[in-house]
Parts: sequence; C-alpha cells; structure tokens
Amino acid sequence: MALDSMKEIAECPTPFWQIVLETDMDERQVTAEASMEKMRLTWRAMLESTENYEPQRRSLSGLVGGDGEKMRQYSQNGDPICGPYLQEVIATALCVGESNACMRKIVAAPTAGACGVLPAVLVPLYHSGRATEDEIIQALYVASGIGAVISHRACIAGAAGGCQAEIGSASAMAAGALVALRGGSAEQIGHAVAMTLKNLMGLVCDPVAGLVEAPCVKRNVIGAMNAVSAADMALAGIESRIPVDEVIDCMGDVGCRLPMELRETALGGLAATPFGQSVKETMKHL
Amino acid sequence: MLDIFDILGPVMVGPSSSHTAGAVRIGRMARVLLGEEPIKAEIGLYGSFAETGQGHGTNRALIAGLLGLQPDDMDVPNSFALAANQGLDFSFYTARLREAHPNTAVLDVTGVTGKKLTLQAASIGGGRIRVEQLNGVEVNFTGNFNTLIIRHWDVAGEVANVTRELAAAQVNIANMSVCRSKRGGEALMVIETDHKIPVEVRSSIADLKNIRRVTYYEKEE
Repeated sequence: MALDSMKEIAECPTPFWQIVLETDMDERQVTAEASMEKMRLTWRAMLESTENYEPQRRSLSGLVGGDGEKMRQYSQNGDPICGPYLQEVIATALCVGESNACMRKIVAAPTAGACGVLPAVLVPLYHSGRATEDEIIQALYVASGIGAVISHRACIAGAAGGCQAEIGSASAMAAGALVALRGGSAEQIGHAVAMTLKNLMGLVCDPVAGLVEAPCVKRNVIGAMNAVSAADMALAGIESRIPVDEVIDCMGDVGCRLPMELRETALGGLAATPFGQSVKETMKHL
Repeated sequence: MLDIFDILGPVMVGPSSSHTAGAVRIGRMARVLLGEEPIKAEIGLYGSFAETGQGHGTNRALIAGLLGLQPDDMDVPNSFALAANQGLDFSFYTARLREAHPNTAVLDVTGVTGKKLTLQAASIGGGRIRVEQLNGVEVNFTGNFNTLIIRHWDVAGEVANVTRELAAAQVNIANMSVCRSKRGGEALMVIETDHKIPVEVRSSIADLKNIRRVTYYEKEE
C-alpha cells in the first residue's frame, strides 16, 4: 500500500502493523524476517538510548544535561503528582533528548530532535512487563506507518513545518503505537493520531542558537505526555470530530504558513528572546 | 522511494539528523567517490551549516564521514582526534554560494595518491542527503540507491554500451542522468540502481572504449 491515507489503512481488513510490514517488504524487496529483524535492531537501539544516559554529561552549549536524573531523584524521594508510569515517561523523554544533545547514540523517530518521544512511552511499559518485545515491534510498524502518512501528506521536520510537524509527528506515532499495543482498532489509532496533532497544532520551531537543546528536550516530554493522553482517550472510545487525514493535511498547511523565522532558523520565538540571543553570542566565541 | 526506516531511524549519534547524521553521510560520500584514503580536506560550510554547525557537531560529523565512519558510530564526536591519528589534515571555512540549500557543504578532498575531488552536497532533512555538484558538474543523486558515476567521452552509443552491461547482469535502473561539458567532450553519467552492481560488471563497464573512470557508491544497509 502507498501509506498515504490513514483512512485507507483503516478500511483495509489486514491489521495496521502488517500493512506497513508488507509495504516495507515490497519497497525494499526483503523478506518478512529481514524486515522484522531490522525493526528489532531499531527497537534495541532505542532501548539502549534510554540505558546509556549519563547525568553528568552536558551539551556543547552547556544548556542541556542532568534533568532526566533530577526527575528520577524526585520520583524516588519526592511526592510526584503523576503516577509511576507517567513519572518514567517524563524522565525517559528528558534522558533521551539530553543524550541526543550530548552527541550520544539515539534513534531518529522521526527526527533526532524528537527522538525521546517514542522511547518515553514504550520503554516504561516494556520494563514494567506490560508489553513484550514482539508486541512493541508490531507497535513500531504502526508508528512508522503513521510517520509515513504524515510525511507524505504534510511534513515531519521542524525546518519544514515547525515543531508541530516534528514533535507533533513523533507524538502521533507514539499515540498510535500505544493504541496498537493496548489492542485498539485502526480507527482508534486514527483518532489518537488526529487528537495528538490537533493538540500541538501551530507549535513553532524556535531552537535557541539553532541547537537541538532548548526548548527541544522538554518538548519531547510534552510530545510523550500528549501521546499518552490521546491514546487513553482513543481507547476510551473518544473520537476526533475532524477526520484524521484532514487533520494531517491541515497541519501541513499550517506549517507552510508559519513564517520562516519560526521554522528552525532560530530567528524568532524563544530563540529571539534576550536570553536566546545571548546564548547565540556565546556560541560564536566557543 | 519510501523507506520506513527513514521514518523510524536512522540510528545515529545526535544531536541533529540533518546537521549531524546527514553531515556524516556527506563526508562518507566524498570518501567513497574519491576512492582512496583522504589526506587533506578543505570544507566550506554554507547557511545553517555555517551558522549552527559548531553546536551540532557538523564539522566533526563531516570529518567522521571522510574517515569512513557511519552515522551511528560512537566515535563521530571524536573524529578530530581520529583524523590526527590517520593523517587527515583538514580545515573549515564559510562558503559563499548562490541559491544553495541552507544545509550545504563543499568539500575539496585530496587522496593519498594525489587524486582530487570536489563535491557539493546538501543535507535535506531526516539524515538524507543530495549530491549537487561533482568536480564542478551539476548532478542530482542521494545515496538512497546504489549509484554508478561514470566519467566518459561524449560519443554516440556510449549510454547504450553501459546500460547493456547492466541489463545483462539484471541490474534495474531507478534513475539516470547524463550531461556533458561540450559536444564530443567530457561527459558524466549518473545511474542509480535497485540492485547492487557486482564488481565484474563495474570492471567490464570500466573497460569500455570511451569510459574514463567508474566510481561506485553502494547504498547503506
């Protein structure tokens, strides 16, 4: 299948993950085993990216590092508002986002800037025994299928469509993966995708000094939390009033209308604050 | 071509798929097309590569690629030290180009036997790249396919001679372009294929009468 419409995928009797698997087999001319082995390696790399976190590391600018560890300490010693799963979602998103900024190994999903979102929602489920590796691999096919549709109809990079396209896509992919993991239908996956994208619609890409650091790392957290809430809503039977393909098209349209200052150029938004400008100046002298 | 592992992937060293992973791939492409160990590289950075490359490790990523590293090699951040060990001398400057993609690098590379290569490439998002100029000739290929780059003389029938060899080996052509400097002069053929091109096919192409040089880039697994 062309993977260009969520509606078409939902109307097909084949399970969502299998449609994506078959598309991959066809496009790359590989066997199901070879495709699934590559997905398994991708998952293990994602898992490793959460395990290799080093709290003492700092990014080149010094803006990023150590926050994932702070969140974990607070989980252990403080009195968090969120329950154990969401605490780990927050901590994992921060850890992977920080590792990325510190030039550690990650899985771009769909981009490096949004690499914390998918592991943040999946790895805590895996560690607590609520999802097996095989289930997660199927869910990752769903996630990549969603990413493919968004990439076809709209865009997935901040430079093209703002953060709504980058963290938004990651969030939609994560929400769909979660719904699939919990046994939701392809329609429910579509509703979750629509809700995540609607809730981040218009978010600009405004990285301080043009670096994938501030506000990018913490936006991985909002992408992950947004995915969890949208997945639970979809699983509860709550529907998006606006059809998912229309939401994706709309996100692409909004992305095109964003001024170039708000699309990764670091000329607007938080990058243009006095603080953002001062970081840019400092980086020049490094 | 849709590759779901471009959506979920690449596995890479951060922080940016375009400024880091793509930059490694540009460096690697230059190394492969040079066809030998590089000993000197002068690298021009343009646009966002020049503005924010330092903080994204774009410079270290390009050198890592020139040394043959892949985007997921944990040594990417240490490439300057590796270059010193391996005798690769490099320098960076801010390139002035007209109407180039904002993430563009221009590499002038010299190899161990004195071969030279000039490559201009852009990192176009998600770690994907596009080679835009090769030794001053405009080209357009991505490294998403197995790619054959053939320098030849502009003689009638030369394209057929090359594609006949590929056809005999059951190699399917996905994209192809041919251009020349002037009638009867130097020409460049870029052929992107679905299948890998066996070494014996490449050498029989190289042995054809009007072929000057054959270079081959094999797609990453």
